Amino acid sequence: MTRSDSAPVVDIRGIYKEFEVDGSRTLALDGIDLAISPGEFVSLIGPSGCGKSTLLRLIGDLTGPTRGSIEVNGKPARQARSDRDYGMVFQAPVLFDWRTIEANVQLPLEIVGVGTDERRRRASEMIDLVELSEFGRHHPWQLSGGMQQRAAIARALVIQPKLLLMDEPFGALDEMTRERMNSELLRIWERTGTTVVFVTHSIPEAVFLSSRVVVMSARPGRLTHVIGIDLPRPRDESTRELDRYYELVTEVREALKAGRGPVTEESEMAAEFGARVSPEHTP
Amino acid sequence: MTSAGRADSGSPRRRQAGSLLRGLVGPALAFVGILAVIAIVWETAKLIGGVPWREVAGVPIDPPWNPPLRIGLFNDVNLPHVWEIVGAFFQPPSRRSEFTLGALLIDAAIFTWRGAAIGFVIGAVVGLLLAIVFVHSRLLERALVPYVIASQTVPIIALAPMVVLWIGRDWPSVALISAYLTFFPVTIAGIRGLASPDPRALELMRSYAAGRWTILRKVRLPAALPYLFTALKISATASVVGAIVAEAPTGIPGGLGRAIITFNQQYASGPQKLWATVIACAAVGILFFLLVRAAELLTLRGRQQPAT
Amino acid sequence: MMRRLGYYAPAIAVFVGGLVAWELLVRGLEIERFLLPPPSDIAGALVGEWPVLVEAGTNTLIEALGGFAIGLVAGLVVAFATARFALARGALMPFAIAANAIPIIAFAPIMNNWFGVTSPVSKMMIVAMLVFFPVMINTVRGLTSASPATLELMRSYAASEITVLRKVRIPAALPYFFTAIRVGATLSLIGAVVGEYFGGSSRALGRFIVENASFLRFAEAWAAIIIAASLGIGFYLIIIGLERVVMPWHESMRERT
Repeated sequence: MTRSDSAPVVDIRGIYKEFEVDGSRTLALDGIDLAISPGEFVSLIGPSGCGKSTLLRLIGDLTGPTRGSIEVNGKPARQARSDRDYGMVFQAPVLFDWRTIEANVQLPLEIVGVGTDERRRRASEMIDLVELSEFGRHHPWQLSGGMQQRAAIARALVIQPKLLLMDEPFGALDEMTRERMNSELLRIWERTGTTVVFVTHSIPEAVFLSSRVVVMSARPGRLTHVIGIDLPRPRDESTRELDRYYELVTEVREALKAGRGPVTEESEMAAEFGARVSPEHTP
Repeated sequence: MTSAGRADSGSPRRRQAGSLLRGLVGPALAFVGILAVIAIVWETAKLIGGVPWREVAGVPIDPPWNPPLRIGLFNDVNLPHVWEIVGAFFQPPSRRSEFTLGALLIDAAIFTWRGAAIGFVIGAVVGLLLAIVFVHSRLLERALVPYVIASQTVPIIALAPMVVLWIGRDWPSVALISAYLTFFPVTIAGIRGLASPDPRALELMRSYAAGRWTILRKVRLPAALPYLFTALKISATASVVGAIVAEAPTGIPGGLGRAIITFNQQYASGPQKLWATVIACAAVGILFFLLVRAAELLTLRGRQQPAT
Repeated sequence: MMRRLGYYAPAIAVFVGGLVAWELLVRGLEIERFLLPPPSDIAGALVGEWPVLVEAGTNTLIEALGGFAIGLVAGLVVAFATARFALARGALMPFAIAANAIPIIAFAPIMNNWFGVTSPVSKMMIVAMLVFFPVMINTVRGLTSASPATLELMRSYAASEITVLRKVRIPAALPYFFTAIRVGATLSLIGAVVGEYFGGSSRALGRFIVENASFLRFAEAWAAIIIAASLGIGFYLIIIGLERVVMPWHESMRERT
């Protein structure tokens, strides 16, 4: 567990989050403390309903905490959002049908008010980075699911954020595409040096990508284990064959089992409602 | 916060009944509220921009109130007082009449609605049958659907006067025109709805060696229902429009169309009678629409609301 | 080109076949010509009455286009004013949907009394009422159709309301809007013609149809119907063309997926 001395990019202190479901209040997050240092790749993993997506959305100020404070880049989360300090990638690519891939990637720059030439230059740089150069003029619906998600990543990175928030970005992809996307994400992360907070359901994905894996339990959502991933970098397909990789996968799995309390429908619903204000993406 | 809308209370059934009720009371209140607003705006317009009160043949008789703006359009003929329109329902339309206008209009509304409803049913059945044929035959679809579409970009109610002259001045003419206006939305929605099932659902049925008829009954028709109801709601209105347009210019006796023509001729002396007739027409349209909507809610209960 | 022709071949065959069958049936069965005139009579009337039909068609088209423009602008103004406010929307939408179920054509005599029987303005107002409700309802639906996911994305950019409107809501509303004006285009011609049934200048298609039909001059009436139909289809096709230019990205324009 390596921690640099520099100020954390994300500093979460004493976060409680309640949701009201069926008239009764349910605790979705119970006293979360977590600090994430610059350049880290942190995965949040846990069973359905543990509040990991809620935690991510709290960092992005897409929802507010019931109690506690969150600082991003040393300022309140709301300020960080206003300053466009982070990029976000959702489970669904959320691309606009009426825009080409280029125009979709340029969208955040348009909103910030960057000039046309600069916008084009930076967008095409990012499109090259995610290897979609040939498809810049295509519309989203002409691309496969994996390519759409790469475009969404390019869009998140185009504002050169210090922090990238990813909410199960590869959850809807098939296993082989997902592994390829994992490798590409690491390549991009190493090139940009961005701090990443990554929500996932998949143990192998979390271990392969992360410098730290944060294990959460459900009902109420708590941090139970933080597991440092000391696999050598740069990682590639051969990493998945190391003995240490298997040990770590087992360790995360054991941590998840240990944290599993009795799960009721109610708590599942509470967390689901909290995590997914947006309905499941329908293709 | 944002999740509140989805977190309904109670058991699924109670929730459904609750939302059904809420779904009716809210819009009904809103509807009445807006009617009230219109009435207030109406009377305010008359108060500010109308003609002096108690005007006889253009000469005011000791006006208790002189509107500051005189706008010609807002006179008692063009905008009769709201209470006069309401009162018209409870008075006989002429001295010779032994019934109130309200009673006569209810009779006329039933006559018009009967023609419209018969046409609506015929049109819906024909429309659905056509859709079933088109979904199963590419050739027929390509050959005929362009005309089905063209027939509606055409002012087909333009045919109304001729149809009436062919068939006679009674409700079968009305029903025919209503049927014509009904079938089109049903056919188009039917084609889309019957073709809407997931190809995998059709493959599943094929894996059971189900025939076309079974697939139609078990998969295509249920999937088409939401589409069909959307169309039927449009058709309900269209059939009433068709009935009135069939009746009015040709003067088929007994219905609202004839009433419009009659009271239009008496507009200068009693504008409230035409207004009352127009309100009766609106009521028939809305009630028929609500009837279809109620059937939709009953048939589709327990389903997710369609995306459209 | 040839492939497209092949695709439309069945439709063209039905058209030609239908005309021939109609002609032969009327002549063969000796149906009274004034009841169902054969196509050749209608073509004759079309040629014979051409100058009158052109004048009547122009007048009706002016009524339709004027009313369409008024209804369109009014519908958009109300939609943009209410879509922003959930409360106003909640109150207005049920009313608009109910009003959409009203046979608006019943207002034709009242409009005639208000704006003059022979004035084109009275027909324009009827057309405007017919066009207003679909435009308003669909535009409100369109403006509120953006998915929660896209709105959350915009929130993550701390985008302003205006930006969300310009970049998300309006583009998302375009398909809804075009559906409405396609309906409106058809309705506007029908509304103008039918509005004239309730009285109007005899130099317009609706009166021309009613008057000729009442003298059992059906070939002339049919000729006028063909003019009205052509105008309606033309207007509709112009809207479709516009749609392709404005929304080349939309599903309905996709050749493949």
